[in-house]
Amino acid sequence: MIPAAFEYHRPDTVEGAVKIISDLGDEARVVAGGHSLIPMMKLRLTGLSHLVDLQGIGGLKGISVNGDTITIGAMVTQHELITSKDLASAAPIMSEAALQIADPQVRYMGTIGGNVANGDPGNDMPGLMQCLNASYTLVGPAGERTVSAREFYEAAYFTEREDDEILTSISFAATSGGFAYEKQKRKIGDYATAAAAVLITKDGGKCSAASIALTNLADTPIYCEAAVAALVGSNLSADDVGAAVKAAVDASDPSEDNRGPVEFKKHAAGVVIRCAIERAIERA
Amino acid sequence: MDKMHLKLTVNGEQVETLAEPRELLIHVLRERLNITGPHIGCETSHCGACTVDMDGKSVKSCTIFAAQAAGADITTIEGLGNPDSLHVLQEMFKEHHGLQCGFCTPGMITRAHRLLQENSDPTEKEVRFGMAGNLCRCTGYQNIIKAILAAAAEMNAAKEAAQ
Ligand SMILES: Cc1cc2nc3c(=O)[nH]c(=O)nc-3n(C[C@H](O)[C@H](O)[C@H](O)COP(=O)(O)OP(=O)(O)OC[C@H]3O[C@@H](n4cnc5c(N)ncnc54)[C@H](O)[C@@H]3O)c2cc1C
Ligand code: FES
Ligand code: FES
Repeated sequence: MIPAAFEYHRPDTVEGAVKIISDLGDEARVVAGGHSLIPMMKLRLTGLSHLVDLQGIGGLKGISVNGDTITIGAMVTQHELITSKDLASAAPIMSEAALQIADPQVRYMGTIGGNVANGDPGNDMPGLMQCLNASYTLVGPAGERTVSAREFYEAAYFTEREDDEILTSISFAATSGGFAYEKQKRKIGDYATAAAAVLITKDGGKCSAASIALTNLADTPIYCEAAVAALVGSNLSADDVGAAVKAAVDASDPSEDNRGPVEFKKHAAGVVIRCAIERAIERA
Repeated sequence: MDKMHLKLTVNGEQVETLAEPRELLIHVLRERLNITGPHIGCETSHCGACTVDMDGKSVKSCTIFAAQAAGADITTIEGLGNPDSLHVLQEMFKEHHGLQCGFCTPGMITRAHRLLQENSDPTEKEVRFGMAGNLCRCTGYQNIIKAILAAAAEMNAAKEAAQ
């Protein structure tokens, strides 16, 4: 399990890192926590010869809650997401989801930026980011731009990010109302067989706002527009929830793998989506 | 590829060695620095046998490049206790039969140490959740959990007695 040799860089600014990756092209890759990239490098599945470590860039760290807007630096670890008091009150769904990722050791190293930039359909944060309608800030040689999480994912490992861009931060609005991240996995440390992120706000007896997104049920995360439409404006009756679950399962497009055949995954999807919606309603 | 000068603090001592950037931290510790407490179980980030403490975090040293660890402060099982003066966790693993073959034990204890630094009075459930990154093929875990809870109680009693 020895990866191919590479040259190591540890720049201390975003500009410095962008310059290295744009000068070297696809021979260079950035490393954040390394807990997706290093396993791939050990299997010699990457052709890189320069590794650009982002750990020395101070500007990529930190969680800030400014009024209604939450901004999280790309190098914030999953462990920091779980232990942040600010985040626990501004968007408690973040720690609920982060606690279901991998195991403690992986969470000390794995970063939110790496998790959302990776493009692996098994990663939990991309679906959650679509549920939160987050936006990603990308910095490249031409400057800075933001991309919506709902438009970022193109196919497994293919995203809107250009090879010479670095994802620097993520931002989204603080949540109010009910929330849930529900994940079915075979064991601790496993990626999801099916997972769902749900937000629900009630006003009087009615659902005034909702958001639903799925993890590992297609080769990209899925934001479920039809399921959201089934809930918003409804009384959240059993029939309304049933219609939303059906719409979300219909939006999924899982493929058969070692976690099971398509029928099983759709069944698991139905169960986690229902649990997530019901828990979010209880908390709303 | 050129080797790099790697400076680390390991168990309180400043050490320097030459290593290729691609070498894994576990290989540098075991093969270049002769620190053989942390073990290699799976080498694929799953078993936790290679767990060390790096800058206050429990990490799997098979999933960290030597180069990434440059400048870090690392504690291994050797830094927690030694045969003449065992750490409370080591004592309790011994007393409660928290080990059989002992292969997972250095990783278990190093991880448990960080867990108790962050949560000095954990519930059984918290111990199980906090130890989820460490696998044991022998014990069935019950005695490991008992040992960690007993160590927490001992450490808290010692703290109270000191006050
Ligand atoms: C045993 C195990 C179990 C796991 N289980 C889960 C799980 O259940 N759910 C889950 O979501 N994840 C899981 N993971 C993955 C883990 O959460 C990763 O740490 C995470 O996916 C990637 O974060 P990282 O910081 O380690 O990224 P890295 O591995 O450093 O990078 C991943 C990719 O993203 C790119 N990248 C990283 N940061 C940036 C950036 N700022 N800008 C542009 N590109 C960037 C890298 O070039 C690389 O291609 C698991 C990992 C392990 C080892
Ligand atoms: S040897 Fe590192 S996790 Fe198994
Ligand atoms: S005691 Fe043998 S693996 Fe744990």
